[in-house]
Amino acid sequence: MSFAQQFPIVFNALNVGFLQTLKLFFVTLLGALPLGLLLALGEMSRDKILRALIKVLVWIIRGSPLMIQLLIVYYGPGLLASRITAEAAANNAFLAFIRSCRWSGGESGRFAAASFAFIINYACYFCEIFRGGIQGIPVGQEEAGLVLGMTGRQIFFKVKLLQMVKAILPPISNEIITLVKDTSLARIIVLEEVIWAGQAFLKGSHGISGAIWPLFFTAVYYLVANGLLTVGLAKLEKKLSYFR
Amino acid sequence: MPILQVENIRKSFGQTLVLDDISFSMEPGEALSIIGSSGSGKTTLLRCLNFLERPDEGIIRVRDEVLLDAGKANKSDKASNQEIRRKRLHFGLVFQSFNLFPQYTALQNVTLAEELLAKEAPDWKENKTEKLKRIREHGMELLSEMGLSNRMDNYPHQLSGGQCQRVAIARALALRPDILCFDEPTSALDPELTGEVLRVIRGLAERSTTMIIVTHEMGFARDVADQVIFMDEGCICEQGDPREVFAHPKQERTKQFLARYHEN
Ligand SMILES: Nc1ncnc2c1ncn2[C@@H]1O[C@H](COP(=O)(O)OP(=O)(O)OP(=O)(O)O)[C@@H](O)[C@H]1O
Ligand SMILES: [Mg+2]
Repeated sequence: MSFAQQFPIVFNALNVGFLQTLKLFFVTLLGALPLGLLLALGEMSRDKILRALIKVLVWIIRGSPLMIQLLIVYYGPGLLASRITAEAAANNAFLAFIRSCRWSGGESGRFAAASFAFIINYACYFCEIFRGGIQGIPVGQEEAGLVLGMTGRQIFFKVKLLQMVKAILPPISNEIITLVKDTSLARIIVLEEVIWAGQAFLKGSHGISGAIWPLFFTAVYYLVANGLLTVGLAKLEKKLSYFR
Repeated sequence: MPILQVENIRKSFGQTLVLDDISFSMEPGEALSIIGSSGSGKTTLLRCLNFLERPDEGIIRVRDEVLLDAGKANKSDKASNQEIRRKRLHFGLVFQSFNLFPQYTALQNVTLAEELLAKEAPDWKENKTEKLKRIREHGMELLSEMGLSNRMDNYPHQLSGGQCQRVAIARALALRPDILCFDEPTSALDPELTGEVLRVIRGLAERSTTMIIVTHEMGFARDVADQVIFMDEGCICEQGDPREVFAHPKQERTKQFLARYHEN
């Protein structure tokens, strides 16, 4: 088959794969941003135990490779469940619950597991960024608001929020760009994202086999996505550059 | 009748006694300057008046109203939050480091608090445009008084330190506090910029604004004030007519302190 004949076939297959990549990307952002904020607030709370728990979680998640986390999240529950016999589960509600904790089969199960691992992982990175952003605002801003008779709410929304957004936008942008590329790690649990789709043409798929160019071509998808994101995020940063 | 009466204020941070039995009073329209070496508790005193710190003991009274009686137990948190907000508005505070809101223009910095307050009034919806217009005009008026009529739409980072501090003074005046407090308003400024800020404060004194001014500018403290307090290690060491205190200090510590300033 000539390249011109191969191209439309490959292009269609890669598009399908990239759709899965994008889905994972957006689901991760949607889950990790709010969860990261919650973790950040928890890390600043007065509850010592909560603070310690979050610190340990952040250490584990940021200190170990996302690839390992994906493997543990995807295969761990199944391995654990297989250790529990049906008799043991029948007598113990907790064991029964553990035994029932498995990802469903097929692509939807892999997607759910990947989303879970990515959301937790990115939430921990976002948590540290949010905390830095909140704590980085000088106390003088809060005190100025207080002596002007503002409420805590008003100070947060009218004074601090925008300064915080401005401060965290560059590090968050970095993480977002990294996330686009990190989604390819889900290949390790055979999520059918764009790299998986490209690789399929090596072994043989859609009547094409031994072709390596589709795998290389997947890089174009990441480049285009990150190019668009970079432009968009830079625009946002520029919008906030009217103050310092 | 005094506008402000402070009685037996005491405040510790952990083991350190920072304010020890502070009492003084002010008449309406009076300017009081507070001098004293670093760490003597001047900032802490202003912060107590503005409810940024809570004294351990003592009473703060504005006109007839007891704003704070530290001996009495706290009310429930929610109620006292609302009350503290209201009580705070008797005082204004100008910080050493301005603490302007960077994302707002000079004018917005001045009008923000007044707008937020107006929004809480029951007739806000009907008279919104009218009210906003009045608040805006008030803000512009205050900034003109500070000599900043051509700087209203600039953001803080576009202004010099002296201009920032004048915006901060206008902002503190916007809610018409009974007593305006200054915490070393010129300490963060380059020497050539202190003049414009001191001039503005002098102007306020001439218009009989009730003010408490913590400052290291001795000449200014003497000239602008009707009363001066010298603080030392959390106590009021000497107090009185500024010409008297500066020319003939009675206490040994005051003499030493002032002598150090004459040397510089
Ligand atoms: N939040 C705090 N926690 C503990 N100690 C404090 C706190 N704030 C102030 N202090 C201490 O209280 C004392 C008085 O501080 P304060 O800032 O009121 O002095 P000051 O007279 O304003 O000094 P300066 O002229 O340097 O501004 C100092 O010894 C200071 O270290
Ligand atoms: Mg001070």
